[in-house]
Amino acid sequence: MTATADIVARCQTLFDDLHFTYAREWKAAVPGRKVVGYMPFYVPRELIHAAGALPLGVLGGGDQLEVIHGDAYYQSYICRIPRSTVELGVTGRLDFVDGMLFPSICDVIRNLSGMWKIMFPKVKSRYFDVPQNFRNDVGGEFYINELNELRDMLAELGGRAVGDDAIRASIALYNENRRLVRDVYALRSKQPWKTPSAEVYLLMRAGMILAVEEHNRLLSEYLAAAPQEDRPRRDNSRVVVTGVFCEQPPLNLIKSIELSGCYIVDDDFMLVNRWERSDVPVEGDPIRNLALAYLHDSGDTSAKYEPDQKKKGLYLVDAVKRSGAEGVIFAAPSFCDPALLERPMLQSVLAAHGVPYIAFKYAENSGQMQPIREQAGTFADSIKLWSEQ
Amino acid sequence: MSAMPVTEAVKEQSMLKQKEMIAANYELLATAREAGRKVVSTFVPGNLNELMMCFDVVNNLPEINAIQNGMRKKTGGYIMEAEKRGHSEDVCTYVKADIGAIAKGNLGPDGRPLPDPDLLLLSYTGCFTFMKWFELLRQQYKCETAMLHVPYEGDGKASKNMRDYVVKQLKEEVIPKLERVSGVKFDIDRLRQYLRESAKAEENFVWVLESAKKRPSPIDAYFGGVYYIGPIFTAFRGTADATEYYRLLRQEIEQRVADGLGPITPDGEMHQERYRLVVEGPPNWTSFRDFWKMFYDEGAVVVASTYTKVGGVYDLGFRHDPEHPLESLAEYCLGCYTNRNLPSRIDLIEKYVKEYEADGLLINSIKSCNSFSAGQLLVLREIERRTGKPAAFIETDLVDPRYFSPANVKNRLESYLQMIEQKRQGATPSAAAE
Ligand code: SF4
Ligand code: SF4
Repeated sequence: MTATADIVARCQTLFDDLHFTYAREWKAAVPGRKVVGYMPFYVPRELIHAAGALPLGVLGGGDQLEVIHGDAYYQSYICRIPRSTVELGVTGRLDFVDGMLFPSICDVIRNLSGMWKIMFPKVKSRYFDVPQNFRNDVGGEFYINELNELRDMLAELGGRAVGDDAIRASIALYNENRRLVRDVYALRSKQPWKTPSAEVYLLMRAGMILAVEEHNRLLSEYLAAAPQEDRPRRDNSRVVVTGVFCEQPPLNLIKSIELSGCYIVDDDFMLVNRWERSDVPVEGDPIRNLALAYLHDSGDTSAKYEPDQKKKGLYLVDAVKRSGAEGVIFAAPSFCDPALLERPMLQSVLAAHGVPYIAFKYAENSGQMQPIREQAGTFADSIKLWSEQ
Repeated sequence: MSAMPVTEAVKEQSMLKQKEMIAANYELLATAREAGRKVVSTFVPGNLNELMMCFDVVNNLPEINAIQNGMRKKTGGYIMEAEKRGHSEDVCTYVKADIGAIAKGNLGPDGRPLPDPDLLLLSYTGCFTFMKWFELLRQQYKCETAMLHVPYEGDGKASKNMRDYVVKQLKEEVIPKLERVSGVKFDIDRLRQYLRESAKAEENFVWVLESAKKRPSPIDAYFGGVYYIGPIFTAFRGTADATEYYRLLRQEIEQRVADGLGPITPDGEMHQERYRLVVEGPPNWTSFRDFWKMFYDEGAVVVASTYTKVGGVYDLGFRHDPEHPLESLAEYCLGCYTNRNLPSRIDLIEKYVKEYEADGLLINSIKSCNSFSAGQLLVLREIERRTGKPAAFIETDLVDPRYFSPANVKNRLESYLQMIEQKRQGATPSAAAE
């Protein structure tokens, strides 16, 4: 059995590699292979996989990338992820990427889709829209057609048709992936001392790069290895971290939260990993199945409209309950409209349910962890005091 | 000049007309409750004014209220109020100006309270923030909300799938909710009638915009333009009043062209047209007059602007079509300026620089508005590359006075105009005015 240390070391290497060697090698291994990049928060990776391509999550440059060119494309009041992504592009680090998908998460990524078309004309770039109307005959129809358009684009890119059976097989693999991801989350919320959040984070990040088959193996190995670890159980408070669904905080920030006395028991770092909440049916029309899963069985986040006012924000309360959390940390990238506009609504719902919270902002290249550590530490203490009363 | 009194009189007619129209709408809003009329709040880009008129509802536009309050210098306080209540300093100030105003009694420009909406008509066109804005208001008002999701033209065009989706939402979501809230049954012939009226106004509106191709330009298509878009972008498109407004306006401008006159400014006639500019981005409202003055003091006229296309890009040929009412509304929503992808926006600006014989492009980058702003530095480079004309960048905000620095803006504008001078004298422009 592989020890968690080996698994985590592998994930760390993938995480640190801003040249994406794994994906380059994957592509070079078989002539004609393609790589399709995607940004947060969601794309149907099944279609990319079924087209024989490698889906590659592009989540910015983190705190290790020196952004030199990217800043010349963005005003100071725009978040970091588009500039570091542009940096990755103009420095050739993404030169092996054949297609790029920009999901409808916000106006910044939306506009980046057009920038990509201009700056990298050889790459097939597509703004990927998802429905905000959840009726099968309205939003569903629209989405089925969008998915078919994406399927055509991928077929053109890969030079071969993307057949229904191939999509079914990919759905099965991603179902397994999501099951394993859910298992890791469940294990962490049960035994957070055995599954440090930085480890779980790296494991999930590996899923942005690795072929799904390989990621599935890695997740299984981790699930087998982590419970065997002998790690001290701390008297930490249990928190949900929310607002981190696009630009990622530095790994150090995640470690700092835990070091300051908070076990992260749920989060929204990489929603794509567990967007569909249960298995997408494999039988029947696969495109329709993906569409219906999006409409009726997917996660919630700021970019997705909630038609029912009474339900607005309850997804966070549910996450708190499900994971047995005692509080919520709102961490938002500076200048992130989706996270920051959603925040007051979520906070008022939490307040109505008596869930304590704190909030701060970060950037992917934030260096100063001390204030965050202090804030999270005070929060952890106050939660404990609260529960002792 | 002998023509002056005539021109002045004509000018007053159209301006007076618009003033009356705006006052009448605020009157309708203030008295909506007593009159038993339902109030629908909605947005400018992708607005469905003709459709709303079919249900006899009163139209409330929070963006316009924010602009009105901005020009009256009230938004600074409102924004602080919203921030005190937990809204981030980083997000769109229209939203915070609105939320702050509501917290302070939600007074209209006439000093009377605006009514709570009976329906939030959330047209998700061209901007992600709209959705959050109305979710925030919905949390407060707990009223019905109709969402119209208008897909973004990511590939630079509206596909059949997008059009069908919007039409279906109109039929299945928007119209039934408007019927329910208003108690009025939908009559498509009534809609056709309003759309017919819209098309008439649109024809004259485009004529006015395109008059700026003349030398001197009889209008300022940005600072003046924001007045000209008033009726057609807001609660009046489809009304006989709007048709009449644009008829009057066109007459006035025709007269100005005949007299060889330039634009009218708050300080009177602009005498010499020294620079012809294209401007991208919304204006600043809290110092609108000062901002404008910086331009006309230097003889700089804006001959085309993208902001005057946020509520519809009519000069590319679109007209509301009574023969295809719902499809035409869908087409309209899809085609609004910020719903077009960045390459299409650049193409449009390039066309403006060339067709309006502009000296260059000035970008007013708005801190609030990622929809406009994200990508503008690439727009700037592309336009310089494609047209060989210099471009420059200034940064302000819509209604947050903390982000309007007059000295800075003036400085940049002046160095930009100098750059144009140099270019005229044959020197190569340096990079954009930093
Ligand atoms: S961090 Fe927020 S604002 Fe920036 S690109 Fe991501 S979702 Fe958009
Ligand atoms: S972000 Fe821009 S388009 Fe959206 S509401 Fe604010 S000012 Fe309007």
